Amino acid sequence: MSQREFFRQMPGQSGASLSPGLAERIHLDAPLLAGLLLLMLGGLTVLYSAGGESMELVIRQCIRFGAGLTAMFVLAQFPPRSYRFWAPVIYTIGLVLLVLVLVAGTEAKGAQRWLSIPGLGRFQPSEVMKLAVPAMVAWFFSERTLPPKLIDVVGALLLLGLPAMLIGLQPDLGTAILIAASGLVVLFMAGLSWRLIAVAVIVVVTAAPLMYFFVMHDYQRNRVDTFLNPEADPRGTGWNIIQSKTAIGSGGIDGKGWLDGTQSRLDFLPESSTDFILAVLSEEFGLIGVCVLLIMYLIIVGRGFFISWQAQDTFSRLLGSSLTMTFFIYVFVNMGMVTGLMPVVGVPLPLVSYGGTSIVTLLASFGMLMSIQTHRRLIGY
Amino acid sequence: MRRPLTLKDHHHEQRIFGVRLVVGVFLVLLLTGILVSRMVWLQIFEHSRYTTLSDNNRVQTQAVSPPRGLITDRDGIILAENRPDFSLEVIIEQTHDLDDLLVEVAKLVELDEGDLERFEKRRRAARRPWEPVPLRGRLTEEEIARLVVNQHRLQGLRISADPVRHYPHDILFSHVIGYVNRINAQDLDAMNLDQQRDYAGTHFYGRTGIERFYEDRLHGGVGYRQVETNARGRILRVLEEQPPVPGQDLRLRLSMRVQQAAYDALGDRRGAVVAIDPRDGSVLAFVSRPGFNPNLFVTGISHKDYSAYRNDHDNPLFNRALQGRYPPGSTIKPMLGLAGLDAGVTNWQRSIRDPGYYQLENDPHRYRDWKRWGHGRVDLHLAVVQSCDTYFYDMGFKLGIDRMHDYMNQFSIGQTTGIDLDNESQGLMPSKQWKKAFRNRPWFHGDTINASIGQGFVLATPLQLATATAITANHGKQVIPTLAGERQEVERTDLILQDESNWEKMTNAMVDVTGPKGTARIMAVDAQYPIAAKSGTAQVFSVGQDETYNEDELAERMLDHALMVSFAPADKPAIAVAVLVENGRHGGSTAGPVAREVMDAWLLDDAGKLNVPTIFADQVSAEQEPAADSSDAASKETP
Repeated sequence: MSQREFFRQMPGQSGASLSPGLAERIHLDAPLLAGLLLLMLGGLTVLYSAGGESMELVIRQCIRFGAGLTAMFVLAQFPPRSYRFWAPVIYTIGLVLLVLVLVAGTEAKGAQRWLSIPGLGRFQPSEVMKLAVPAMVAWFFSERTLPPKLIDVVGALLLLGLPAMLIGLQPDLGTAILIAASGLVVLFMAGLSWRLIAVAVIVVVTAAPLMYFFVMHDYQRNRVDTFLNPEADPRGTGWNIIQSKTAIGSGGIDGKGWLDGTQSRLDFLPESSTDFILAVLSEEFGLIGVCVLLIMYLIIVGRGFFISWQAQDTFSRLLGSSLTMTFFIYVFVNMGMVTGLMPVVGVPLPLVSYGGTSIVTLLASFGMLMSIQTHRRLIGY
Repeated sequence: MRRPLTLKDHHHEQRIFGVRLVVGVFLVLLLTGILVSRMVWLQIFEHSRYTTLSDNNRVQTQAVSPPRGLITDRDGIILAENRPDFSLEVIIEQTHDLDDLLVEVAKLVELDEGDLERFEKRRRAARRPWEPVPLRGRLTEEEIARLVVNQHRLQGLRISADPVRHYPHDILFSHVIGYVNRINAQDLDAMNLDQQRDYAGTHFYGRTGIERFYEDRLHGGVGYRQVETNARGRILRVLEEQPPVPGQDLRLRLSMRVQQAAYDALGDRRGAVVAIDPRDGSVLAFVSRPGFNPNLFVTGISHKDYSAYRNDHDNPLFNRALQGRYPPGSTIKPMLGLAGLDAGVTNWQRSIRDPGYYQLENDPHRYRDWKRWGHGRVDLHLAVVQSCDTYFYDMGFKLGIDRMHDYMNQFSIGQTTGIDLDNESQGLMPSKQWKKAFRNRPWFHGDTINASIGQGFVLATPLQLATATAITANHGKQVIPTLAGERQEVERTDLILQDESNWEKMTNAMVDVTGPKGTARIMAVDAQYPIAAKSGTAQVFSVGQDETYNEDELAERMLDHALMVSFAPADKPAIAVAVLVENGRHGGSTAGPVAREVMDAWLLDDAGKLNVPTIFADQVSAEQEPAADSSDAASKETP
């Protein structure tokens, strides 16, 4: 309390590394914001082409961006301390909601992911958990000494495993894995011993085939089959990945030009404005375009890591680095699946793919990062 | 809730975190490196492969089938044309539930087992997505209307129009023009690569008749069109186009008018008529009855229609004019007479006494004349006019079968005529060698006697008889009949007699056949031009053993075949006609009037006056220089 007051009373006292400009004063991080806005602008450009020059699609995406930016702004106003305070509460509510989804959720595409709340419309509790799980695990470790003891590791695994399992039951394996990953990143950043990491890797490698045969749903197994051999059924399940690789490969170094990508414009590429939008970008802007996109992502990720590194307490560091890393994992998983490196899991390309609550969640997570950056205390260094 | 911070070693924690963060950054860079190398692999190393795939996706080369050449008669009347045929196709990818759709469609249009079977087969065959699969052809106007009205309920259905061969005079030209039908795998297998490429977009192939013989000319050359399509197969734009070379139109030497006359004159009787212009070999009429409707065959004849044709005792699919082998009977007597004269075994003065039969020395067998009590004293002229068998028994025996064979070959009897149609029958003109080779029996004198009146082993097609008659009318100058100008190679040379006046004399005898004492007098009644003719009656010696007839039918089918060969005007022949009427009994009374109708149709104008048409080449060149004609007329008016 007194620290915050102190900070507020000294607006003019700018340290050499910190100049509180306008952005700083409203708790926004200018470099991060600039990176995000640039990425969004580029994303809209690609979306315009991918959606068949539909302005409507672009406008709806802008509305989503607007909602996301608002969420980002609002979240940035809260100090990390309050996240730490609220994390267990929100996490618990999220768990309850996840159970509710399984009991009373609405079904879409064979999965129960949505919860209809009267007056609020439909919403996906798993989106909340994308933020709540890393915050919760970060909270868990901020209360303990690091590196974590084995018992704490087990505790953290339970914290991230429970929601992941519930989401996996919906079933939404992609989100489940990503949420688990966000928690695991915290674990890793907290200093999980390398020996345990090695054990975990061995366990995963051996468990994967068992998952395939005993746990996965048919549609999930199909995706893996298709990934391993897309040519087996080129007209059916393999179609997406073949057409996507064709789009990317035919783009070459400098691409076919904006609005001139034949694969997407002639409808050969399915889901071209959502999960497979990278193929459109690669086809129209070529390798150069892909590199520019990756650089933008790296700027954002780099800034995120920088913020985490500068953070002043364990909770902020762990949360910030987890959010940043998870963001990058989204990028990698999407690009990996579109280029045929990974099985097709429904992960959108962050801030470029059209639609979804994921945009709001993502921008909200950047709001938390900004909060970490802009609520730092000046003293202590 | 908060633990004392002093328990935590902040610097230690921060150092751990710092190390982990560095590892994290390293991981990010590593994964980014993987992504970039994947992109480099796809976009640089595999670029050309994927460019090809992408172009294959959107650019399709479509073969454009050439329009098939039209077939007309010599005056330009269309005998075969191309008409749009409406067919029903299904785009499987657009349908919600294919089985439901088929049930719905079956309520609107007739779908038989065959349609569904073919559809199923085509559906399962390898094809591009969004490529329509044909379900049924030959939609009627009513069916189209019903489909269009219900189209909103029938998603995935499409009605397409393709040009399909149509024969406006259907049955009239069935055996001469033939038909096209769907090209099949065997047709394509039989072609070389160039031909296969030429047929890339073609659905139809000449199967019989003119359509088959002139397939190469009628078909034309394939064209190509490069189009850009979307994933739904919709053509967005044409990138490049190389138009097809249309098939050549074919103008036949046939005359619709003569053909119609021949067809009508035959009536419902089984038989054949072939009329040839001896001046240039043009086939003017080519009729075989009964015929069939070639339009039924084009898009695939139904099982019901086909078995109806197959089970018909009258055998409508059989081309009697081209392939029917009949004993020519007395119709070959003028030719045999000329052979006898030329070989020196007889002359116009020599006569014999005919007791009504002929006997060989030391042989009690009597070879009977058709006139039981004989013709009395007969010379060659009278023997032709009255068709005296005894005279020809005697002369034929003296001539011998081998000389007979050689002379008759020159008249195309026993040889293909060389007409521009496939599968022509050779007929049969026997010789000693032939009998040894094919029957493994020695030649008997009786065989020669039978052959002398066109019986026994001798067999000829109506086309051969017409050709032989045209050669006779031409005084031995060879005639190779043709429907559209091309001829097949034959080994025949002009027949030059030692005494050329014999042609004239034999023609006179044939003219007297249509005279008051002749066997064909009925056909020349009120004729405006002299007609040379020879009747014939051929014994039916057997009926097909596997065919079943009731007694009346059997009796009818055992009757003699009636034959007539003739040419006119006798002094300046412009048409030679051979008529065959199966089981028609008497050549003079049955076949003769048919021949007369055919001649009138050719030689008389609309007013019924003799007006001999020019030969085909002159008709064509006259048409090509209409300006010269009109200027002639103009110069006459202004002397």
